[in-house]
Amino acid sequence: MSTTDKATTETPDPASPAPDAADSADAAAGAQLSTAPLDDSPTGPAVGIGVIGWARWFWRQLTSMRVALILLFLLSLGAIPGSLVPQSNVDALKVADWKREHSSWVGVADKLQLFDVYSSVWFSAIYLLLFISLIGCIVPRSWQFVGQLRGRPPAAPRRLDRLPAHTTWRTEKTPDEVLGYARTVLRGSRFRTEPGKGHVAAEKGYLREAGNLIFHVALIVMLVAFAWGQYFKSEGGKLVLRGTGFSNTLTQYDDFKSGTLFDPDDLPPFSFTLDRFDATYEMTGPQRGTPRDFKAYVTFSDGAHGTPQKREIQVNKPLVVDGSKVYLLGHGYAPIVSVTDPTGKVIFKDAVPVLPQDANLTSTGAVKVTDGYKDKDGKKEQLGFNAVFVPSFAGEGMGTMFSQFPALLNPQLALNAWHGSLGVDSGLPQNVYRLTTTKMEPFKDESGQPFKQKLALGDTMTLPNGAGTVKFEGIERWATFSVTHQPGSGLALAGAIAAIAGLAGSLFIQRRRIWVRAVTGEDGVTVVEMAGLGRSESTKLPQELAELAAQLHQQAPSAPDPVEETPEGERG
Amino acid sequence: MTPLAAAANENLAEISNYLIYSSMAVYMLAFFAHIAEWTFGSRSKVGRTAAALTGAKEAAAAGAAATAPAVQVRGKGGATAVLDQPKVTTRSATGARDVPDGPGAAGGTVQGDLYGRIAVSLTALAFLIEAAGVVARALSVQRAPWGNMYEFSITFSTVAVGAYLVLLALKKNIRWLGLILVTTVLLDLGIAVTWLYTDSDQLVPALHSYWLWIHVSTAIFCGAVFYIGAAGAVLYLFRDSYESRLEAGRTPGRFRSSILERLPSAASLDKFSYRINAAVFPLWTFTIIAGAIWAGDAWGRYWGWDPKEVWSFVTWVAYACYLHARATAGWKGRKAAYLALFAFACWIWNYYGVNILLSGKHSYAGV
Ligand code: HEM
Repeated sequence: MSTTDKATTETPDPASPAPDAADSADAAAGAQLSTAPLDDSPTGPAVGIGVIGWARWFWRQLTSMRVALILLFLLSLGAIPGSLVPQSNVDALKVADWKREHSSWVGVADKLQLFDVYSSVWFSAIYLLLFISLIGCIVPRSWQFVGQLRGRPPAAPRRLDRLPAHTTWRTEKTPDEVLGYARTVLRGSRFRTEPGKGHVAAEKGYLREAGNLIFHVALIVMLVAFAWGQYFKSEGGKLVLRGTGFSNTLTQYDDFKSGTLFDPDDLPPFSFTLDRFDATYEMTGPQRGTPRDFKAYVTFSDGAHGTPQKREIQVNKPLVVDGSKVYLLGHGYAPIVSVTDPTGKVIFKDAVPVLPQDANLTSTGAVKVTDGYKDKDGKKEQLGFNAVFVPSFAGEGMGTMFSQFPALLNPQLALNAWHGSLGVDSGLPQNVYRLTTTKMEPFKDESGQPFKQKLALGDTMTLPNGAGTVKFEGIERWATFSVTHQPGSGLALAGAIAAIAGLAGSLFIQRRRIWVRAVTGEDGVTVVEMAGLGRSESTKLPQELAELAAQLHQQAPSAPDPVEETPEGERG
Repeated sequence: MTPLAAAANENLAEISNYLIYSSMAVYMLAFFAHIAEWTFGSRSKVGRTAAALTGAKEAAAAGAAATAPAVQVRGKGGATAVLDQPKVTTRSATGARDVPDGPGAAGGTVQGDLYGRIAVSLTALAFLIEAAGVVARALSVQRAPWGNMYEFSITFSTVAVGAYLVLLALKKNIRWLGLILVTTVLLDLGIAVTWLYTDSDQLVPALHSYWLWIHVSTAIFCGAVFYIGAAGAVLYLFRDSYESRLEAGRTPGRFRSSILERLPSAASLDKFSYRINAAVFPLWTFTIIAGAIWAGDAWGRYWGWDPKEVWSFVTWVAYACYLHARATAGWKGRKAAYLALFAFACWIWNYYGVNILLSGKHSYAGV
């Protein structure tokens, strides 16, 4: 240790405030510096005390610091598997992949609820026990703390020189004068003081305990807020084509998830139209193609008949409406395709959204012509096309349909044509981005191969045998939005702020006591003693005591020393 | 397509790279200077710990007074000389070993001390160069330099060294950390320039937010300072077993003694580590909360058990566990130190492991 701060390195052991536990009178002075429960080693309940005895024993165990410690440790360990095994509420597809790859583990993993760790029985058990323990800990501690606030700083221990920080000097002032000054000095430093017989007791730093209690209560508040949010939340996704709109009712969503207590009537009424969507990409460098900026321009109306307003939605800047938030999640392209029947009549023209498969927006989808098509013989049929769309095709002869860049540098659309029944009338829910070909036949080219063709913008392909034509007319954009309603987040935030404030109080404030004793010595000169005791580990106590002593010393300066004695301890 | 708002300034990026490489060279020199400090320091007479533990109380008192002339240990009830100021006597806790702190790497030798000072000066110089490198990187991309793992790494070591230098400037007894710190900084930078290097570039849209400044800067800061706390905990474990060997009357090997003897006492190291960890914990709490708020803005949910979130939570709970352990009598000392190390291991894993091995929404790592 460097020479300067030796005096400050020795601080008391917080768990045994009085240096000599044997000296019980002194121990009393240090008692109640905290409301922490005593760490009594666990002993079983006495034999024959019955159910109530066991229950009490169990409760004492549960609310002890030791068990809190173990539960906390279990909580940290228990959270780990959820980061290693995919979670079904985060990404169900990944869960399916994982199950395929680790098929021998699936049984065990399912039993252990490894795909739903954070709602599993065992994880819930850990945190519920912890929070019961926490409540069982906070309640008595709060009462104790109130008691301590009402009480007064305890009387000085008999031997002040045994406390962790101590100083003494002799002065010619009378004891009463010294104690009077001492109270003023201590009060000047915002200590609570209590005069006693021949001494002044003082205490400061109650906020530490308050902070600690606030912190632990705030943890409960955050848990409650989180649970509240889980029960009442809702989250829906919607793909919106440019130029089209969305209004916030259940039926409009593509997918919708909600907590068990959510009521669809709670959806705030609003609507918006997507006017424009801009995406910017890195054009050069090794990160070419990395998105830089996404912006959706919408016309938004609040309420059922609100006045339309222009708004922008960006990735980090959701639109906030009445407790719900509208987030911009993703974007993509929708090739505009028109289809004519054998007579040349346009029976279909629509922008068909395709779903991005990679970062360069190679996208796949399906064009489904459900109505209005009759083949050459006048027979009613349905048409279907599997579509692969690339916004930036590498160029002829460059092989595969993989996009080289996410923006529209060289858009190409590849179609596989099918006819027959799309199966949409079967009543089963269908994926709009995928063709169900069980009841369909592929069109065949001359060589009998399934018919497919790649189209550039404006190209038309003719289906075999005069079955009609398909034209790649244009490209539209779409954006996906997620509308979330997450109640309780305000409460969670309040809890979080309280937790940080409480924690700072708990960790940075130190609760400590200082005693000043002044008695007349044998030679009629007053002996002043000052000592301090802190509960927590801090360097500051001896420094603080030295500063207070210096102030007091100004008013009660040292008396001349009897010459014959030399102070011991200065040999070194 | 709109043109890019800020094309990376290639020149500045290159300057940044040169600065980082230069700082590595200077850290290397600091490393050798520290080695010299330890080597020359070993010529000193050490062994005061043993004296304090096995010898008479007198020896301990003498040792304490020798290192700390500012404190006068006064006799109980004895008369005192006329004082300008009353002097405060401190007592250590019961049960704690009454052991003086070691003299530091230089071992109290003049030559060792000279090398130590050179090492610290070189470290300070390397710090300035490295910090300039980080700033140049930030200017080259006109954003916070925390967009990928390379940038995290160079900022991380800059902050760790900065914290160390600040503690030194505050006259804290921390020079014992020098060699370890410089070594790990070299390791960190080596990994950064070899494996993690990413050309300076813009950010993906999810990172466009002022929360980047708040959340990521505090995360890096917490990690860097937690690192210092963890280093203290490791040394505590070594020093503690050394002291208990001495206490048991055994003689540890010469090499071991020579190193451990020069460190602060186990009690001091333990306290140091605790204070660092406790001081950073509220900030780490804040970091996680700030991250949650940002996630709420960017992804529509403030907590979704994404791997990065899971490990931040695990780290947080582990540190909370450590703080509880310190408040519980039976868990102080070595057990608590192991918890602190576990917590820090979680932090490191969250940084390297989760970024590289696990995928999640936070996968912008850019490696
Ligand atoms: C949700 C779980 C919990 C967390 C995250 C947590 C966290 C913390 C933290 C960070 C501290 C500050 C450490 C300090 O002041 O040195 C603390 C202190 C404390 N906690 Fe907890 N705690 C939890 C549960 C509990 C439970 C269940 C109990 C009761 C058995 C408890 C009792 C205490 C006590 C008595 C202190 C004060 C220690 C002291 O003054 O040094 N905590 N806790």
